[in-house]
Amino acid sequence: MTESVLKMERIHFSYSRHPVLKGVNLTLRSGEFLAVAGPNGSGKSTLVKLAFGSIQPDSGSIFLFGKPVSRFKEWSRIGYVSQKANSFNLDFPATVREVVASGLYGKLGLLRRMKRQHWLRVEEAIHQVGLSALAGQRIGHLSGGQQQRTFIARALVSDPDLMILDEPTVGVDSRSAQDFHRLLGRLHREKGLSLLLITHDLQAVTDVVDRVVWLDRGHFVAEEDAGPPVWEEEDRILMASGDVAGKEIREGGVDAKSAHPLL
Amino acid sequence: MMDMILHYEFMQRALIAGLIIGGIAPMVGLFLVVRRLSLIADALAHVTLSGVAAGLLLQKHVPLFQSWNPLYMGMGFSAGAALFVERFRHLHRSYQELAIPVILSGGVGLGVVLISAADGFNVDVAGYLFGSILAVDKSDLMAIISAGMLATVMVILFYKELFVLSFDEEAAVFSGVPRRRILLLFSLVTALVITASIRVVGILLVSGLVTLPVAAGMQLASSFRQALFLSVLLAEISVLSGLVAAFYLDWASGGTIILVSILILLLVTGGKRLFRSLAKGRKI
Repeated sequence: MTESVLKMERIHFSYSRHPVLKGVNLTLRSGEFLAVAGPNGSGKSTLVKLAFGSIQPDSGSIFLFGKPVSRFKEWSRIGYVSQKANSFNLDFPATVREVVASGLYGKLGLLRRMKRQHWLRVEEAIHQVGLSALAGQRIGHLSGGQQQRTFIARALVSDPDLMILDEPTVGVDSRSAQDFHRLLGRLHREKGLSLLLITHDLQAVTDVVDRVVWLDRGHFVAEEDAGPPVWEEEDRILMASGDVAGKEIREGGVDAKSAHPLL
Repeated sequence: MMDMILHYEFMQRALIAGLIIGGIAPMVGLFLVVRRLSLIADALAHVTLSGVAAGLLLQKHVPLFQSWNPLYMGMGFSAGAALFVERFRHLHRSYQELAIPVILSGGVGLGVVLISAADGFNVDVAGYLFGSILAVDKSDLMAIISAGMLATVMVILFYKELFVLSFDEEAAVFSGVPRRRILLLFSLVTALVITASIRVVGILLVSGLVTLPVAAGMQLASSFRQALFLSVLLAEISVLSGLVAAFYLDWASGGTIILVSILILLLVTGGKRLFRSLAKGRKI
């Protein structure tokens, strides 16, 4: 049986009595590339905060690598790329190399300094995302796509087993976003990384992910193994408006009612 | 020229105090500026006024406190205010900047009330408001050296945590960096540095020394480490040249140091623009 790297069971969560997640179940298997898609306000980013234990569910259990999230300490096994990565302070005077190195600081721990092998690891991560020529540049001087690659390198540098990306291509042009998703696909294939990608743009990722789940109004309403186009344009428009429950997913042939709760 | 300046003991103390503050104020200031919290320096400085006034009041009426340096009371008030700001920012995430007017006005209000209640002090309160580095005594120097050592050790030991928390707080927390403990410690050290700097540039000018060299250094730097180094270097140049100028021209030392800092900032900004336009012209 494949080990689960992230498991959420019957998660309920509310913000000020407003229910956001209603009995959500989610399993990300080792080596899997899973996309969680859904309209704005569907609770996607809340899932990420719960996975990192920065907020607690009202009820339900969350496990990271088989351990309850409250007892999980090996945070360096998880790389994170946030949706805020594209809205950071552009005048921050840090180089690509310094930003990528900061991905190791949590793993190094307090009072320990970067050594030669750590800097070699930083160069390797920068090389993996194709930014070696720009390693000494200030990050604010790079294009949006290059900045996102820098954040991928920062997440990769601690050699994680799982990478969580929360809407990483918001504000990035479509061509750079496409390159970015291809890079994720390559890292997934070559390194066997488990990836959890939060996105609202399902169309852009179906070619690279193994599985897609659709979150709407606090429920997972549909699941599909990715591959050839799963969502037809009509469905996509309905999903964007949040009106997807009960809709048949055509080519995959999965009925949303039967697929809920899914995982 | 320096021989003549160093001939006087008060100038020796002033130079030592100035060099220490020139090192630590921008060191802490860089992390405040990149976190867009530079106004905190101003707010903490104003709270220090109430602490110094409380210290002077105790010195006047309580025999036990007669040999106490009021700067220590200022440090205590400033540290308390720093803890309040950190707590306030945590509780009111949407209106974090509100903490600044709250403690700034509270600090000045309490300070003015305490000064009026004392009905006059033996020392010149204006020295705390505008700085009086030439009047730094041995006790002040000890307080400044202690704050300098603490701030330097803190920044060296926790440089990488402060960097990642300044650049991306959320990612830092998710990677296991203990945000609360580090930011709390940093707030306390900031309070110490601000209070120690008051003797050099004064309550009303301290935020200038914390931010102006950083604003200039950041424009010239190509990395964060370089920004830190250049900010300290420019602050030291400002303090040294400001002190020498104040000595010979008989100007107020705090104001002179800040004016030199502004001059450096203008030169850096102007020079950079000129360099850019020349580079553009060359390309055409």
